Amino acid sequence: MNLQIKPILAALRRHKSGTILIAVQIALTLAIVCNALFIVHQRIDRANRPTGINEQNLIAVQNRYVGKPDSFIPQMKTDVAALRNIPGVESAYVTNAYPLRRGGWSTGIQVDPDKTKDSLPSALYFVDEQALQTLGVKLIAGRNFNPSEVVTVGPQTTPAPPQVIITKAIADKLFPKGDALGKTIYYSKGKPSTIIGIMEKLTVPWTDFDHMDNVTLMPVRFDSGYQHFMVRTKPGQQDAVFKAIPGALYAVSRMRVLPEKYGIRTFETVRASAYEADHGMAILMTVVCGVLLAITAAGIVGLSSFWVGQRRKQIGVRRALGARRADILSYFMTENFLIALGGVAVGTVLALGLSQWMLKYFEMPRVSFTYVGVGIVLLLALGQAAVFAPALRASRVSPVEATRSV
Amino acid sequence: MFAYYLQLGLRSLRKNPMLTALMVMAIGFGVAASMTTYSVFRATSRDPIPQKSSVLFNTQLDAFGPENIENGEPPDALTYIDATAILRAHKTSRQAIVYPVNVSVIPEDASRLPMREGAYANGADMFGMFDMPFIQGGPWTRDDDEKHSSVVVITRALNDKVFNGGQSVGKQINLDGRLFRIVGVMDDWSPQPVFFNVPNTGGFDEGAAVYMPFTRAIDLQLPTNGNNNCVKEPEQGWDGYLRSECVWLALWSEMDSPAEVDAYRNYLNGYAAEQQRAGRWNWAPNVKVRNVTDWLDVQKVVPKESTISLVVSLGFLIICLVNTVGLLLAKFLRRAPEIGVRRALGASRRDIYAQFLVEAGSIGIAGGVLGLVLTGLGILGTRLVFPENISRLATIDPMLVALTLLTAIAASVIAAFYPTWRAAQVQPAWQLKSN
Repeated sequence: MNLQIKPILAALRRHKSGTILIAVQIALTLAIVCNALFIVHQRIDRANRPTGINEQNLIAVQNRYVGKPDSFIPQMKTDVAALRNIPGVESAYVTNAYPLRRGGWSTGIQVDPDKTKDSLPSALYFVDEQALQTLGVKLIAGRNFNPSEVVTVGPQTTPAPPQVIITKAIADKLFPKGDALGKTIYYSKGKPSTIIGIMEKLTVPWTDFDHMDNVTLMPVRFDSGYQHFMVRTKPGQQDAVFKAIPGALYAVSRMRVLPEKYGIRTFETVRASAYEADHGMAILMTVVCGVLLAITAAGIVGLSSFWVGQRRKQIGVRRALGARRADILSYFMTENFLIALGGVAVGTVLALGLSQWMLKYFEMPRVSFTYVGVGIVLLLALGQAAVFAPALRASRVSPVEATRSV
Repeated sequence: MFAYYLQLGLRSLRKNPMLTALMVMAIGFGVAASMTTYSVFRATSRDPIPQKSSVLFNTQLDAFGPENIENGEPPDALTYIDATAILRAHKTSRQAIVYPVNVSVIPEDASRLPMREGAYANGADMFGMFDMPFIQGGPWTRDDDEKHSSVVVITRALNDKVFNGGQSVGKQINLDGRLFRIVGVMDDWSPQPVFFNVPNTGGFDEGAAVYMPFTRAIDLQLPTNGNNNCVKEPEQGWDGYLRSECVWLALWSEMDSPAEVDAYRNYLNGYAAEQQRAGRWNWAPNVKVRNVTDWLDVQKVVPKESTISLVVSLGFLIICLVNTVGLLLAKFLRRAPEIGVRRALGASRRDIYAQFLVEAGSIGIAGGVLGLVLTGLGILGTRLVFPENISRLATIDPMLVALTLLTAIAASVIAAFYPTWRAAQVQPAWQLKSN
């Protein structure tokens, strides 16, 4: 093994500034790249979280009625009927909120009718018997609502219908023994609700919530002028239905507003806009990492080329004294490896420091060691790749150079 | 001399196009990344109403109790009971309650569809307090507030849509089937961050089109279009809701002197103590009176994404600088023989400094121009990275252009100091000998 470490270290001591500059650049790049890649990973993970619904062929309509009749319920009923009649529509229902909508209602659930504290937060979705089918949510125990169970609730009142369907997440927390079905819980003081069904998974409207999977379906028509319609289309019919919706609704009544921007959206669009900032951060950090690595590599190429140029005479002498081309190549590769090793050692400390700082100021999780490890390997490899061309040029220096003056 | 050095510099840069291109690119990318993220950061952290941000105050009272709040911070809105009680006490020169509502404008022409518009219900004082710009008519009066008048102020954009931009003061407008008399038309006004409606918007949104008296909106039972947080379930109906402990209203005051603020704070403490004595609250008064800047700070209006990307891109700029230092060092030291000759022929160290700093400066100018182009692209690209309500605030202005060029030049000159110093240390004798 001819690693030539001792002569390399001796040579490095002679051009300290260049060595330090490369090491510093590698250290800083490592600190930023592994934190940035970690952010990318986290954001992508977040944006890919499942909602528990079948997101294909699903359209969300935001509707605001104009005027203030005694009750909005008759209008809601006619609208839902009109939507269900559009050719290509499989099912539809009216609601206050749905996953990733970023606005909704949450309240605490209690098991004990008298206790007022330690309640478990849950998002509330006001639905009817077609909701499970429309969303494509899986019921793992119990049954769906009957049409006759749907009750009307007035504005500014917390609904507490006699029957509810909850997610498994709530069932497991409230009834760890697994016997939630048929039990009584309270959303409002003194108004009992019976658990008639348990869903495998359904997420809340918000993307930042401490209890993402705590959702209750309530068989409720909420008497308010602001509603959402959820429409499931038959496969291949989504575009046609999408175009037919405004006409169908305006045909019932023109006294409504379907906002231009967020009025009618496929669920795909809903998801994209809910995680806009996360995708943005992921893109930004990826671009930053790419450009940063390219610049660091370019810097290494530049400085190594300079050293090779500076040492042509020495190389010639070594060659004349019998060093093989491979020896020269490995000399420069090893030199870069040693510098990079020093760089990543300092860089690891910087990376952890940066992560600690972000933990403190932005409440971000600490960077995982896998990422630091990946970053170290990446930068060592990058260093080797960058120095290869200059090292190869060095190895081609002819022994004759030894006799020439620079 | 400067022209000569510039000529020398340019010649030397041309001799080594790869190395020069690398340096220009490093400076360009580094500067563009930091300027792009800075433009977003600047937009999200700016003072929305600089002329008055120190005299406008938001009021917070703890109506929830220490068990229901975090870190001792009172809720970010007020209950109807408290907001109206404080307003009735008239303790500050100007004061107004405000909350967001939603209205639909029904056009007179029956063939046109209704339009949903953002709106605020507020007191008459708000217009003067926030320097809202009128182009026709003016605000309604305190008298209108007291009489619960059906009056509105609309914006230029809505006036254009409904009245084709004509004179509309005195005309009627149909909001959700009810007629309102227009008293004024405001120029489009939408301070960013929306300091007076932060809890409901996160700080950034499009401006509203309609303003109506708070008292009238309450009569019409218009619910808030923002957050409504309750620790206790309200009683049935609208009146029950108004009597509830739900928070949903903002209260803004204008106070010109610290003494006035102190007096107001004392009054609020007294009010809270009175609520405690009356048995409504069983906790000590917890009152916060904050001006615009402090309020935006506490509400953490600057998005996390904006700060993180600024920090990361500043790191990026530093790496680019380290890179440039390395490349300049390589470039300058390669010319040691040339320097040796010049020194031997009588050039002073000062001359060497001047020559190489000018050369670095010209790299900085080229990097700055590249950086400017990339910043332009970057700002167009902010739409891919930040949500629309924030990215639309990031813009290029003369300030940013100047800052980009200056940063690039300063960065490259700073990066050149060490390599130049090394170049100036070259010993003429040694170089001549080896030649």
